[in-house]
Amino acid sequence: MSDDVIMPVEATHILMFARAVGDDNPIYRDAEAAAKTEVGHIIAPPTFPRAVSQFDPDYFLRLKPGEKWFGSGRNATGLDGPAKSSGGLHAEQHFEYHRQMKPGDVLSVVTREGKTWEKESRRAGKLIFTERVSEYRDQDGELVITARAVGVKTERPVEQN
Amino acid sequence: MALNASDLNAGDTHEEVVVDDLTRTQLVMYAGASGDYNPLHTDEVYCKEAAGYERGTFAHGMLSMGLTGKMLTNFVGDGRLTKYGVRFTNQVWPGDTLTARATVVEVRAEGGEHFVDLDVVTTNQDGATVITGSATARVDP
Repeated sequence: MSDDVIMPVEATHILMFARAVGDDNPIYRDAEAAAKTEVGHIIAPPTFPRAVSQFDPDYFLRLKPGEKWFGSGRNATGLDGPAKSSGGLHAEQHFEYHRQMKPGDVLSVVTREGKTWEKESRRAGKLIFTERVSEYRDQDGELVITARAVGVKTERPVEQN
Repeated sequence: MALNASDLNAGDTHEEVVVDDLTRTQLVMYAGASGDYNPLHTDEVYCKEAAGYERGTFAHGMLSMGLTGKMLTNFVGDGRLTKYGVRFTNQVWPGDTLTARATVVEVRAEGGEHFVDLDVVTTNQDGATVITGSATARVDP
């Protein structure tokens, strides 16, 4: 994997993320209301660690200036020839919270590859699973979040029932 | 409000409708906030004409997990989750209505603190399971 990704945690980003998951809880957007809670400050929703991709300069699912993109524009895909698989689907996600993320954190995120395994599926052909484990540490080196993601690449699009 | 261990019993449930008639706009919002701009979630033309998904765009798995997480934090209180994990068992589509349910598996004490272990299931309007998972939260005595 690449070097550490540095993820600055900001209140505006937390607000936008909470809106995107339809969560109007004031602890994600209102500093005054958050100050009156047991926690005492704004925190991030439990799945916010996912937003680390915003800070990975090489993230493959973000359009980059001057590079071909596999989504549609003039054509159904911007790539030449048949569209390749987009890199797979998400099979599992696990988070461990050593503490809650909060505005002002500057997290260093290190990801390492875990296990790989295969399975045969009726709906999508051969499935190849890969696991990635990420550790999010704060400015003091303290572990904040441990994340484990399992991705799956399918032989063909998943059949619909 | 945090939960109290003394009030919790195995089998207790908490259930919420976490989204009613999921919109494509919400998928766009999630792409923008999360940074996952995979066109499978926002680009009908790509889905239908290039990727082989005839029904078009579908939700990010992490959006389903985020929607389900709202039910969990509403149940256990802010800042109380210590673990949350899921498997994505079926795709979620625009128009879906999702109901997320937590079921108490065990209430236990560890290192002078109290925790509740939860089983998590999210289903769509047809009763199909889209997420199965588990969570642990710190509770008051």
